[in-house]
Amino acid sequence: MSAVTEIDRRIETKPLLVVEGLTKHFPARNGRIVHAVEDVSFTVKRGSTVGLVGESGSGKTTAGRVLLRLTEPTSGKALFDGVDLFSLSTAEMRAYRRKLQIVFQDPFSSLNPRLRVSAILGEALDACGFPRGRKRKERIAELLTLVGLSPDHALRYPHEFSGGQRQRIGIARALAVEPEFVVADEPVSALDVSVQAQVLNLLGELQKRLGLTLLFIAHDLSVVEYLCDEVVVMYLGRVMERGPSKLVYAAPRHPYTRALLASAPVPDPTRRRTHVALTGDIASPIAPPSGCVFRTRCPEAIAACAEIVPPTVEIDGGHHVACIRHDGRA
Amino acid sequence: MAAISAPLQSEPNLLARLMGRPTSGIGLVVLVVIALAALLAPWIAPYAPVKLSVAHRLEAPSLTHLFGTDDLGRDVFSRMLYAARTSLSVALAVVVFSSIVGIVLGLMAGFFKKLDMPVSRLVDAMMTFPDILLAIALVAALGPTAVNVVMALGIVYAPRLARVVRASTLVIRELPYVEAARALGVPTPVILVRHVLRNIASPILVQGTFIFANAILAEAGLSFLGVGISPDIPTWGTMIAVGRQYMDQAGWIMMFPGAAIVITVLALQLVGDGLRDLLDPRLAKDI
Ligand SMILES: Nc1ncnc2c1ncn2[C@@H]1O[C@H](COP(=O)(O)OP(=O)(O)OP(=O)(O)O)[C@@H](O)[C@H]1O
Ligand code: SF4
Ligand SMILES: [Mg+2]
Repeated sequence: MSAVTEIDRRIETKPLLVVEGLTKHFPARNGRIVHAVEDVSFTVKRGSTVGLVGESGSGKTTAGRVLLRLTEPTSGKALFDGVDLFSLSTAEMRAYRRKLQIVFQDPFSSLNPRLRVSAILGEALDACGFPRGRKRKERIAELLTLVGLSPDHALRYPHEFSGGQRQRIGIARALAVEPEFVVADEPVSALDVSVQAQVLNLLGELQKRLGLTLLFIAHDLSVVEYLCDEVVVMYLGRVMERGPSKLVYAAPRHPYTRALLASAPVPDPTRRRTHVALTGDIASPIAPPSGCVFRTRCPEAIAACAEIVPPTVEIDGGHHVACIRHDGRA
Repeated sequence: MAAISAPLQSEPNLLARLMGRPTSGIGLVVLVVIALAALLAPWIAPYAPVKLSVAHRLEAPSLTHLFGTDDLGRDVFSRMLYAARTSLSVALAVVVFSSIVGIVLGLMAGFFKKLDMPVSRLVDAMMTFPDILLAIALVAALGPTAVNVVMALGIVYAPRLARVVRASTLVIRELPYVEAARALGVPTPVILVRHVLRNIASPILVQGTFIFANAILAEAGLSFLGVGISPDIPTWGTMIAVGRQYMDQAGWIMMFPGAAIVITVLALQLVGDGLRDLLDPRLAKDI
């Protein structure tokens, strides 16, 4: 029954992106492999914001890069508007490039230090065939204004800007090609706390105004809560839990999500959360634990957790969890 | 990475900063004087470089012949000015040629994972030959003309540049601004020039300076060994080669061009060190 409703809902809301079984392995030394992303599936509805959350090393950036074909997937599908991005040839992919853009984490290395802002944005405009000439100057001014900068910033070099301003330039570059889907890879985590909120607000506002579909990567659930309609929680390359933010935040069903929520600053202190501290370090993606990858740190782990990879089950409208004890039993 | 992007800020006043350091400042002044002397040779030289005067053979330095005369009575000072033109332009051509080859190889190895192995193998293999031996072999095979000397030395020095370019490219390739360009669908050749090459100009400039110095020495070495440019064409190297025969009676014939080489090479070295310190501190260790 749940399978039928799942399909129905997909048709109803026409997801822009359906990721299925996405896997990315990197070669490591001695012929071993890094399991950076392992069998990841999730759906992004058109015009929504989905948060991709997990600790450092959980494979968030890799997942984002693979989706944009900045690195090739090992296996899996990414249906963008019904077309599997991974089946496209390099030449075919070129046509899709402008539909999917990315904003990077590091505002310093994401802008070529040798190019003026006008050239940085100009490159994006070239990419979508925008004509040169006066029109272009106006478009650049428009883009800068859109992200809260001034048109005279066009003639400056990246080093003349603060981190927050650079991030705005990075956002302007991504938006210059009028993309449908934007991956924002921890866009504020490298910024001063004082400017983080400004850039987050800008992203949220632009998402609404331009009807963007946003995949927002963060390592902190609290940042995501405010922005995202849905959230995908990753650990060691795998999805632990995903679903509508409301459901996941109100009733987290996976021990990892609960631990993340417990360690995050809680904006609303009246909200009850189970306090499970996250101890120890993330396991090595070269030799991930058998069965449930979280079991080495899971306070609720039992012997069975080492036996099988927990299947992902839907427990409530769109709320999925991969834990054999998600209902508190087993 | 910081070292690679740092030069941007310093570039507009790079010359000023080079001048501000006593060592590279002196080097730069010396280079400018030598370059001007070479450029203005026709106007500065008191005699035509080929003007024979059997009556004045092997004359010691005097007020009429500042650096003396050679075995055919030609004015050594005038010949040196003209020789500077050939020596410096041959060396410059070596820098250009080796840069082109080195940059192409380095970019290929550094940017395209599949090409890295074969290209790096080739580069390593070329670097196992002692410089001067490889140059001798190449000139011997190609024939002793100025163009062939440039090609031979260019091939000898290209691998050094290729290594530097490869190492820097490996770093730049992974930077988000390159990923951003790829995400936009910017064609790879444009990425290579606009994003990679522009950001590794500093290490290339530093290496180029050292190659310039080495090429001057190597050209002289080849000429001295008689496998370089024809002795009829005055270069500092050919002048020394000819002067060697009169070393006991007329040491000035080879002494002055020799000094010119030493001074030029030292000056280039000082400027190169200065550039390296200013632009790319990391390089300081691996040379
Ligand atoms: N090009 C690569 N080659 C080899 N291993 C890689 C590569 N890129 C990422 N990895 C590895 O894959 C794993 C996931 O990395 P990734 O950067 O995707 O994590 P992340 O969730 O984005 O972490 P962070 O919060 O630190 O950005 C890590 O163990 C990382 O070392
Ligand atoms: S499957 Fe077991 S180890 Fe994994 S999260 Fe659930 S209880 Fe913990
Ligand atoms: Mg990351």
